[in-house]
Amino acid sequence: MRRLSPISMAALAVVVAWALAAVLAPWIAPFPPGRIVTRDSLADLSFRFPLGTDYLGRDMLSRVLFGARYTLGIAALSTSLACLMGVTLGLTAAARGGWFDMAASRILDAMISVPSLLAALVVVSSLGSSIPVLIAVAAVIYTPGAYRLSRAIAVNINAMDFVAVARARGEGTLYLIAAEILPNMILPVLTDFGLRFVFVVLLLTGMSFLGLGIQPPNADWGTLVRENVEGLSFGAPAVITPALAIATLTIAVNALIDSVATGRRDDDIR
Amino acid sequence: MNAAMLRLIALRLALGALTLFIVAALVFTATELLPGDVAEALLGQSATPAAVAGLRAALHLDQPSWWRFCLWLGGLLGGDPGVSLVNRLPVVVLIGNRLPNSLKLASITASVTVPLALLLGITTAMWRGSRYDRMVGMAIIGIVSVPEFLIASLAVLVFAVKLRWLPALAFRAGPQDFWAMMRLLAIPVGTLALVGIGQMSRMTRAALVTVLESSYVEMARLKGAGPLRIVLIHALPNALGPIVNAIALSTSFLLGGVIIVETIFNYPGLAKLMVDAVSTRDLPLVQACAMLFCAAYLALVLVADVVAILSNPRLRQR
Repeated sequence: MRRLSPISMAALAVVVAWALAAVLAPWIAPFPPGRIVTRDSLADLSFRFPLGTDYLGRDMLSRVLFGARYTLGIAALSTSLACLMGVTLGLTAAARGGWFDMAASRILDAMISVPSLLAALVVVSSLGSSIPVLIAVAAVIYTPGAYRLSRAIAVNINAMDFVAVARARGEGTLYLIAAEILPNMILPVLTDFGLRFVFVVLLLTGMSFLGLGIQPPNADWGTLVRENVEGLSFGAPAVITPALAIATLTIAVNALIDSVATGRRDDDIR
Repeated sequence: MNAAMLRLIALRLALGALTLFIVAALVFTATELLPGDVAEALLGQSATPAAVAGLRAALHLDQPSWWRFCLWLGGLLGGDPGVSLVNRLPVVVLIGNRLPNSLKLASITASVTVPLALLLGITTAMWRGSRYDRMVGMAIIGIVSVPEFLIASLAVLVFAVKLRWLPALAFRAGPQDFWAMMRLLAIPVGTLALVGIGQMSRMTRAALVTVLESSYVEMARLKGAGPLRIVLIHALPNALGPIVNAIALSTSFLLGGVIIVETIFNYPGLAKLMVDAVSTRDLPLVQACAMLFCAAYLALVLVADVVAILSNPRLRQR
């Protein structure tokens, strides 16, 4: 195990803290997220309400903590689905080649050329916005990227001697994928997972910000920014804190990926 | 221009057309996912069966979906993408009203973003590994991993609310002189430029670094060429193709920014039109806007591909 730099330690701490916040929200939030606790709406930071209050006078700290469940939960689920589908398809295409590879590559390449927010808007315009739809849409949008990466790596590994040996031994495609190719591409796939997680978080919060993502009374961090946007004209913390929450999460994940990726580059040189 | 180049360009054109066709099929399928019937959904529960049947016929819903896809595609190609379900206006008119505004925003943003991104990308590639490179790299990671609405909100907070230098809204009706318009558009364009510069300069740097690490550049360095000469005379001509590609590909990220920024600042452009159409579930308008954006993006990528082919010195001989 490589020693992590101070920056990546801090980034890891931020990611773990948000994950804990998402899991423990019902126990650590000072108030129920939907309860109006004061008549002082869009209030400033105070001892009683550490992150101020929202446009209805609800406690922002509680709402941000519960928002973490939506933002992190949905993003983690969609990213996992996207990587699962992308890697499966990519490995199959690399191991089988032929018409399957051709057709999958062409269609998924066309999917990449539709900008992600645009694709999400098109689907939501017909299906409406609900949490299952958002999870599925984000998963499908980010599958082609995961496919492209895993296929490219797998094609390289597939050409190596140990795979040729296994194939000559008469092993089937499934064995080749699971036992020979997959174990050798765990690190790039994990890095890719982190990168895609950031994209999904930005996509989901963007959709919610447009009013087309998570619908009230549920609220992810994007919804929280949208709800309180009128407070922007006098700099209410209710607008800034959820946006900062998104920023801390995405920057931390990116910093983590960066340190892992640089580590790999150093390994290559040695 | 020679035969090899022409063949490559023709191949790219065919590939672009095929991609656009697949995209059209994807957009059409995505809007067909709705279980049940658009006609019933539009007319509500109190509609008479005759009214539903009439609307179904008018919308061609009684036809099989592959045939509706052909009709729709034919309409798009013929310049008639249908009629809005919400206000019965032709989609062409709705889009035509907004298109000039979007083009204005796009051209101002591009004229700010591209030169700055190139400058940053080239300088960071020249001094890669230096403190300057690392600082810029960290700033860019920060910018691209933050949602556009945070950048826009912070800009409004600082420049419009706290300092009162700029107006907070981007659109005001009526004629206005050039400087008034620039002041109105400063924050939206600034936000978009920041996002665009982040993506473009990172990709430009990556493209140039690949070339700078090739052996012929090392040869030039050994020969004693200065850093400026190496970048401008030796590296740039070969990196031009990848750089133009990087610029075209970054517009995909910019589009997400445009959708958010037009909504925040209530700017009457195409992206705002599309977001409103999604809220009212005006499917023909959503489809047409989506296809317009995708076609514009694919056209940009295609132009970049052609530029890359034309600028490739290895293809110029013969």
